[in-house]
Amino acid sequence: MFGYYVELAVRSLRRSKALTALMILAVALGIGASITTLTVLHVLSGDPLPGRSASVFMPQMDPRDKERDDHPDELPTQVTWADGMNLLHAARARRQALMAAGSTPVQSDDLAIDPFIVPARYTTADFFAMFGVPFRYGQGWTAADDESRTRVAVIGAELNDRLFRGENSVGRTLHVDDVDLRVVGVLAPWRAVPHFYDLNSGNYSVGEEVYVPLGTARAAKLKRNGSIECWGNKSSDEANMETANCVWLQFWVQLDDPAAVASYRRFLDGYVHQQVALGRFERPAVSALPNVMQFLDQQRVVPSDVKLQVWLALGFFAVCLVNTVGLMLAKFMRRAGEVGVRRALGASRRSVFAQLLVEAAVIGLAGGIGGLGLAVLGLAMVRMQPGASAELAHLDLTMLGTTFVISIAAAIAAGLIPAWRTCRIAPALQLKSQ
Amino acid sequence: MLTDVRPIVSTLRRHRLTATLLVLQIALTCAIVCNAVFLIGDRVSWMLTPSGIAEGDLMRIIVSDIGPRRDLHARVEADLAALRAIPGAQAVTVGNSLPFGGNAWNSGLKLDRSQQSPSATVAMFYGESLVETLGTRLVGGRLFRPQEYAWVDDLVAGKATSSHVAMMTSDLANRLFPGESAIGKEVFVGGEPVRVVGVLERLPAARVGAREDVNNTLMMPWRMVPAYGGGYFVRARHGEAAHVLKDAVAALKRVEPRRVIVEARLYSDIRGRYFANDRAMTVLLAAVSVALLVVTALGIVGLASFWVAQRRRQIGVRRALGASRTAILRYFQTENFLLASMGIALGMALAYGINVLLMRQYELPRLPWTYLPVGAIVLWGLGQAAVLAPALRAASVPPVVATRG
Repeated sequence: MFGYYVELAVRSLRRSKALTALMILAVALGIGASITTLTVLHVLSGDPLPGRSASVFMPQMDPRDKERDDHPDELPTQVTWADGMNLLHAARARRQALMAAGSTPVQSDDLAIDPFIVPARYTTADFFAMFGVPFRYGQGWTAADDESRTRVAVIGAELNDRLFRGENSVGRTLHVDDVDLRVVGVLAPWRAVPHFYDLNSGNYSVGEEVYVPLGTARAAKLKRNGSIECWGNKSSDEANMETANCVWLQFWVQLDDPAAVASYRRFLDGYVHQQVALGRFERPAVSALPNVMQFLDQQRVVPSDVKLQVWLALGFFAVCLVNTVGLMLAKFMRRAGEVGVRRALGASRRSVFAQLLVEAAVIGLAGGIGGLGLAVLGLAMVRMQPGASAELAHLDLTMLGTTFVISIAAAIAAGLIPAWRTCRIAPALQLKSQ
Repeated sequence: MLTDVRPIVSTLRRHRLTATLLVLQIALTCAIVCNAVFLIGDRVSWMLTPSGIAEGDLMRIIVSDIGPRRDLHARVEADLAALRAIPGAQAVTVGNSLPFGGNAWNSGLKLDRSQQSPSATVAMFYGESLVETLGTRLVGGRLFRPQEYAWVDDLVAGKATSSHVAMMTSDLANRLFPGESAIGKEVFVGGEPVRVVGVLERLPAARVGAREDVNNTLMMPWRMVPAYGGGYFVRARHGEAAHVLKDAVAALKRVEPRRVIVEARLYSDIRGRYFANDRAMTVLLAAVSVALLVVTALGIVGLASFWVAQRRRQIGVRRALGASRTAILRYFQTENFLLASMGIALGMALAYGINVLLMRQYELPRLPWTYLPVGAIVLWGLGQAAVLAPALRAASVPPVVATRG
């Protein structure tokens, strides 16, 4: 029976080709626009550390003086060297890492390759384990390396391809900014989206290619960049950042269960109160401990334009659906005579409804498939846009499946209205007018 | 025409659902397109914000030297000399930021040292002869004197003392000192007192938070160095920017072959990047608006065609009873006009509602009321254009149809 309905539907759709094309095109455009924008939103508001983000936290405090309070209720998202080191050495969390952004020239042994700048991260040993960064070769450095400021580095997959042709380069020498570092690890391709651990270098900035122990980077005077916020009149000279009144480092901790979180909260609160008592902190003793997703929410990372685009696409889809329903209704009602005859010949209201619904579903499905094609095209266009976030716009399978099913369901649900309206036609009335 | 209204309304009553859907579609289209056009206007006016600098002739080159940095000042002087020697280079300096250049250097500004919170957050511009290089217009006071400049690294390290002078934009001056001249006034920037010596026509910040703060900017007499995040700004003779950029990169490489050129761009490119998202959004809004109007127009054509086909016999009867072709044409045109009017009325209310939501979410201004009549006229026109072909087809139905069963 179902096969027969499909055949009837296709035959009926063929009878008015232009109209069918219009209905399918409208549904396809609406679905395509919706899938494209929802995918972009999904990617940009995703979890940068799937499975881990709930147990990674950012301890926040306010070491600034009383002079400047532009945002009294907003805590800095970075820490000073002194506080960072205090918290790091207290080691009250399962893992903790203190870090700063850098950007460093890399020189190749191959003199034909001009030196080039890569983004770098100067951090402490736990960074890799805490964020679950995958290694292709070797491993990270140890806390002992941090303390002794060993000249080692971990490099990213892309840099390894560029410098060492993708070979296992553990043990080889990396020249950055006239400093020689021994490669101890090579990462598999990895990028946190959003770049949650340091939003100052861009909410969706690309992953770093060189990772160096923080102490080593400071001792070797590797180039630091990223945001700094200073107060007071003390020097904020690049060489004296360790003692400057500036927040410029990011600090993250891993706390695996609620008890650990509660105990860290107590510790952090105690630390802040102690600093206030010592007179180091001038502002009220306030601290916070958001986890990754809470932090991203607070920082309003997802661009508002992306949300606007989603609303625009959904509005467009709504208009396209209304348009299709109107046309389908008009089309079905025109066949009222035919429906009347079928009903009079004994077809139940139910089977007429089923038949019309199949016709609506064929349009929904065709529109859905067309929309998928348009979404692939749309995402390709998004990727061509400038900006670090654009290149992330890829369809992932769950997203694709979900949006596809939802949009077709919407198209079929819209088809319910005309099918239901038409199957309620009284057969006698139609037969009379023939 | 008016005589048609009654039969039309009664016909539409019998097609209540179809008519409602059409009205709804027109209303949604009207609401979305009105807001989209408004957003486009808003973005375009933002993208056209004047920078007050010689946009077509400027470029920025950012270099990064490898290895320990020894004599920063000598290196900068050598680089600047090499850049000045390029034929076609008119003015050269090292500056920290450019209008809409991306990275802003912000400071809090207070009118009184003891004041709790700053009166304004200002974006800072540093660089020797920056006003002259950028081509910014001075509208009051004077430029910095050569002896007022100090090296930024010396200032930060405490090796030099600031000359405590600054220039600000007229926007900022009017905000801080409404109704009086800012020249000679003292303000506190990052805790340091500075005296305003010059007022600039405008100088948009490198990265703008709220649009009304675009010209909240201040210039200090600090000589920048690349190691502190400065870039080489070059102003070329008119029309020679492209080749000067190429020559400038080569010249900087000649001074130190091992250095890395991090960025070398014409200002038009830098500005284009800053507004890239706005441009993309504008294109998207325009595309969706056009698509919506096309879909709605085609929907009207489709629906009207059905109604015409469905009513062929009635039309034939009317023609046989003496109705002229024009009367039939008018009938369908009036019908469309009525439906469009209902859609527009509903659409206006919706447009207003969407605007209120947008205002809350995106800090947009209120939709100017002029958008509403313009939107109405566009949709009426669209409806009439779409219905014309089916209506003409209806008008050409011959009276003889009435006699056929």
